[in-house]
Amino acid sequence: MARITLNNIRHSYLPNPKSDDDYALQRVHLDWDDGGAYALLGPSGCGKTTLLNIISGLLTPSEGQLLFDDQEMTSLEPDARNIAQVFQFPVIYDTMTVRENLSFPLRNRGVDEAAIATRVAEIATMLELDSMLDKKAAGLTPDNKQKISLGRGLVRDDVNVIMFDEPLTVIDPHLKWKLRSKLKELHQKVKRTMIYVTHDQTEALTFADQVVVMNFGQVLQVGTPIELFERPAHTFVGHFIGSPGMNVVPASVVDGQVQVAGQVIDTASDLTNLRQGSVEVGVRPEFVRFADAGIAGTVETVMDVGRHTVVKVRLEGIEQIINAIVDEGDSIPDGPVHLQFDAAQTRLYEDGWVVAETQG
Amino acid sequence: MKTSNPRAWFLVLPVILLVAFNALIPLMTVVNYSVQETFGDNLFFWHGIGWFQDVLGSERFHAALGRQFLFTGIILAIEVPLGVAIALSMPRSGPWVPICLILMAMPLLIPWNVVGAMWNIFTLPDIGLLGYTLNSILGIEYNMTQSPLAAWITIVAMDVWHWTSLVVLLAYAGLVSIPDAYYQAAKIDGASKFAVFRHIQLPKMKKVLTIAILLRFMDSFMIYTEPFVLTGGGPGNSTTLLSIDLVKVALGQFDLGPAAAMSLIYFAITLLVSWAFYTAMTKDDQN
Repeated sequence: MARITLNNIRHSYLPNPKSDDDYALQRVHLDWDDGGAYALLGPSGCGKTTLLNIISGLLTPSEGQLLFDDQEMTSLEPDARNIAQVFQFPVIYDTMTVRENLSFPLRNRGVDEAAIATRVAEIATMLELDSMLDKKAAGLTPDNKQKISLGRGLVRDDVNVIMFDEPLTVIDPHLKWKLRSKLKELHQKVKRTMIYVTHDQTEALTFADQVVVMNFGQVLQVGTPIELFERPAHTFVGHFIGSPGMNVVPASVVDGQVQVAGQVIDTASDLTNLRQGSVEVGVRPEFVRFADAGIAGTVETVMDVGRHTVVKVRLEGIEQIINAIVDEGDSIPDGPVHLQFDAAQTRLYEDGWVVAETQG
Repeated sequence: MKTSNPRAWFLVLPVILLVAFNALIPLMTVVNYSVQETFGDNLFFWHGIGWFQDVLGSERFHAALGRQFLFTGIILAIEVPLGVAIALSMPRSGPWVPICLILMAMPLLIPWNVVGAMWNIFTLPDIGLLGYTLNSILGIEYNMTQSPLAAWITIVAMDVWHWTSLVVLLAYAGLVSIPDAYYQAAKIDGASKFAVFRHIQLPKMKKVLTIAILLRFMDSFMIYTEPFVLTGGGPGNSTTLLSIDLVKVALGQFDLGPAAAMSLIYFAITLLVSWAFYTAMTKDDQN
């Protein structure tokens, strides 16, 4: 049990990194509370696995410190850190039964047999593995094997953090949901710090209280699922989270007013401190409305995705597609249309990063 | 709906012909000899299972078979653990990997009779590097043409030198295919080195080791060229393994019937042991 601090951590896989590009993980500074549920979300190659390996001790960062509470962990071996990890593919000991698998970490630490038996029984019940305790672990389904990997972490009651590295990759779709809610439930029960690494936004948003969105080896935003949805700090976050993601349209600022495709629009952003960077406007499809006047475009395709309909509109003049969400029951426009953005939910982004909002 | 067309069997014909000419027909000529007696002039008489009874009851065959099992047993007991140990100590990545692999593969590329000749010269007491060193420098009496023990040590050492690499390469292939996550998980679980070997490496090597043991069993059980060149089966009959004895019967004495019967028994033993071993090793995988 510990608070985890990543103090200005940076990592390069090269022996002598020179420029920023040589770093797989750019400078990261994060504080994680004890008992929280966190997710690291980002596309493949964004540095999230590097960050995970630094926490678990499989990698020593080129720079910076890792602290559990106030204890330095940066260069300790994984077994000295008291952590547990569930890998992408189920890692189980084929020759052992489920019971032996779950007992293994305790046995290696010299815990006495009676204590092992009680603890294993307790965890097996929690994970619904009791009925298969004496079966060979090799013959089980992938979801049960993943539960065993998780169980090997849970049996130790002193683990600082349990990490999940895309744990649902090999699980059948209909079981993913089940296992995901099981994880959530377990977290609420055991109150252990858990870090969940994934490239799947649904997994990250349903599991975590705090999501860390990463790309290009950088932390782009840390926030609750709602914050990530309502106030993306970076165009990538807006784009990556949401289905479909946030619309990002090239814009310009003329005489203190934001223009998209020649039309002046209202935004929530404060335009007083712009730095002459390239600017874009970000607005989620949920906040795009059809109106009699506004930005002109043509409806290209209409996709019914169940509870609502996604309409793709090609903007006139700038050849850009905008997604708009129309709720079920509302009329779906056709042909030439005009769009309005909800000003409170429309933000300006400069060089990818969000521009501060107007106060008041 | 399934339609049946008996002419489809013609499609299998090429394979049947191929197997017939390279396996069945040659084997059948041996079967043919094994149940007949001849006095030359291409005259053959039916002899039933007489030769089989003779061979199975012969002390000479029992002795050769005993030596054969002893030899195969010794080399398996040395080569398999040694091969696994070498594979475990080889680097898993880096510039040393190809160097190790080439060094390991080298003995496997040398022709059998050359290996025999090399070791023959190597062990000569007057000019061989090993023979001279042992006899004249270290003062250990070592002459494999006179001492059966020296002869045995030499053929075992030669086989270990020649074939351990095969076990190493197969075991290494098994080892490098283990995903890193297993080692990471074991580290996190606090597993000892031995536990990693026992519960991760050995189970993951099981399939390749089964193949390695099978190949080494079959090859060593049928070994001929190397001991023939090295010791010629001597001194006396002390290193006369089954195949050497078989060639003596078939070509030395020209006893076609007993030699054919012996061949078939030899073949049956090899097949039986291989089958029993393979079945035992793969039994777990089926359920």
